[in-house]
Amino acid sequence: MSENEFVNSVRLDSNKCMGCINCIKRCPTQAIRVRNGKAQIIKEFCIDCGECIRICPHHAKLATYDPLVVLNKYEYTVALPAPSLYGQFNNLDDVNIILRALIKLGFNDVYEVSKAAEEVSELSRRYIQEHPEKRPFISSACPSVVRLIQVRFPNLIEHLLPIAAPIEVAAAAARKKAMEKTGLPAEEIGIVFISPCPAKKTATKRPLGTSKSEVDAVVAIKEVYPPLISFMKETVDETEEYTESGKIGVSWGGSGGEAGGLLTDSYLAADGIENVIRVLEDLEDEKFSDLDFIELNACSGGCVGGVLTVENPYVAKTKLKRLRKYLPVSCNHLGDKECSESYWDDGIEYLPVFRLGSDINESFAKMAKVEELCAKFPGLDCGSCGAPTCKALAEDIVRGDAKERDCVHFLREYIHKLSDEFSMLDSRE
Amino acid sequence: MSDTIKLTYNISAEDFTRAGEASSDVKSKLKKMGISPDAVRKVSIAMYEGEINMVIHADGGKIDVEISPKDITMILADKGPGIKDIEQAMQAGFSTAPDKVRSLGFGAGMGLPNMKKYSDDMKIETEIGVGTTVTMKVNF
Repeated sequence: MSENEFVNSVRLDSNKCMGCINCIKRCPTQAIRVRNGKAQIIKEFCIDCGECIRICPHHAKLATYDPLVVLNKYEYTVALPAPSLYGQFNNLDDVNIILRALIKLGFNDVYEVSKAAEEVSELSRRYIQEHPEKRPFISSACPSVVRLIQVRFPNLIEHLLPIAAPIEVAAAAARKKAMEKTGLPAEEIGIVFISPCPAKKTATKRPLGTSKSEVDAVVAIKEVYPPLISFMKETVDETEEYTESGKIGVSWGGSGGEAGGLLTDSYLAADGIENVIRVLEDLEDEKFSDLDFIELNACSGGCVGGVLTVENPYVAKTKLKRLRKYLPVSCNHLGDKECSESYWDDGIEYLPVFRLGSDINESFAKMAKVEELCAKFPGLDCGSCGAPTCKALAEDIVRGDAKERDCVHFLREYIHKLSDEFSMLDSRE
Repeated sequence: MSDTIKLTYNISAEDFTRAGEASSDVKSKLKKMGISPDAVRKVSIAMYEGEINMVIHADGGKIDVEISPKDITMILADKGPGIKDIEQAMQAGFSTAPDKVRSLGFGAGMGLPNMKKYSDDMKIETEIGVGTTVTMKVNF
């Protein structure tokens, strides 16, 4: 397993970390421990969902993304605004106002991710119709969900829709367009995603399903938001038209949007990582039948709920709804286009990171030990040991990463026993 | 260390929303043990069907699970009404569930057939008015 397989987009500011247990309790994959008074992320368990960033009361968890000055690295830059960006502003009724402001901000051109999303929607409709035997299809657009399936739901990997996420389709198309327009070589063109979520940063460094990412940099919506607001005041009365997105593309910004673009009723859309896990568990046990499509978004509300956004996700969703009201259903149509480059070119392999040992016998012996330890621990899941539950501590112990006396209750009993022994010695004298 | 891991689950029929907790606990343990995904799926579905059956038909019961590095044995014992005609109950689609239960998506008559399908070995002992014990084995 190469080092590169476990990059993630959450960092710790150890000066701010108080060593409290908020993040370890909230992490859906139990990927965080407090050790030596500071939170530590177990890289191979982390799926980049951003829950710890949301919950940390001390703001010690930082999302990784590129600063806006990254623009200076390239001769020519193209902004790829996520559809969720459109839901961040009050009283916006024309997307062109944002797109013009992005140009003012320093980009040479814009290429809407929602435009590519409409192509992905059409391609998905085609693919689902042509491969009924692989139903239900699971959306592969949310990188946290794909990662989660890769490490925890091996039986569901084959159900992932093998089509590149809109951001990748947009990036490839944007670069091609820029090269044709400017005659510059590929590496002098910077394709910059304006992102609601840090997981997309990981996805560009370590793509899943596609062998390489066409995105050069990922900047945060919350970073471009303040300058964008002031430029938007200038661009409101200008007339250049940049937007090429309809209802389907813009709707991808919120939960249910991708599924809506498939024009079928036979779908389920779940958002929020805990809900996503519940759906995947049930799906694995074959509890659903007769579904064409399962849309899953790690963030509540969908991409508008990403940790790099500004607006309340549900308010943002409402704003998207308002914005798309008078848009055509779709502005992009594939026609006879083959789109072979939009399919995954790389398989996803199960990474059993939660396995206790390197083979069945070792794992079995360790599981037996975990059961033994769990019976000894108080079962309070207090988190004082730095692990989220007694069971997680037991697993850490068998992995060699913790010891029994990390449990304060265990330690207390041990001290009681010692002091009893001392007093017995004492009374003997 | 013993040769097997023994787990016991008491299945309560009082709260339907808790049905499936035992099978999902076993599933998560098997995954951590590195059991093949296919075997995990078989165990999980067979046990879930059994667990739901106990809740719907038998007022709950007890599941004893014994795991070894080679296989898993699940013994589902209840003190329910018993099965009148096992052969009939094993037929796909046969159900004693009233329409009301069926309209909720249960009682499709696939419980026992699925348990049989997903386990490598299944044994049913049943007595009317006394209860039913289903023993299922899945090889890893």
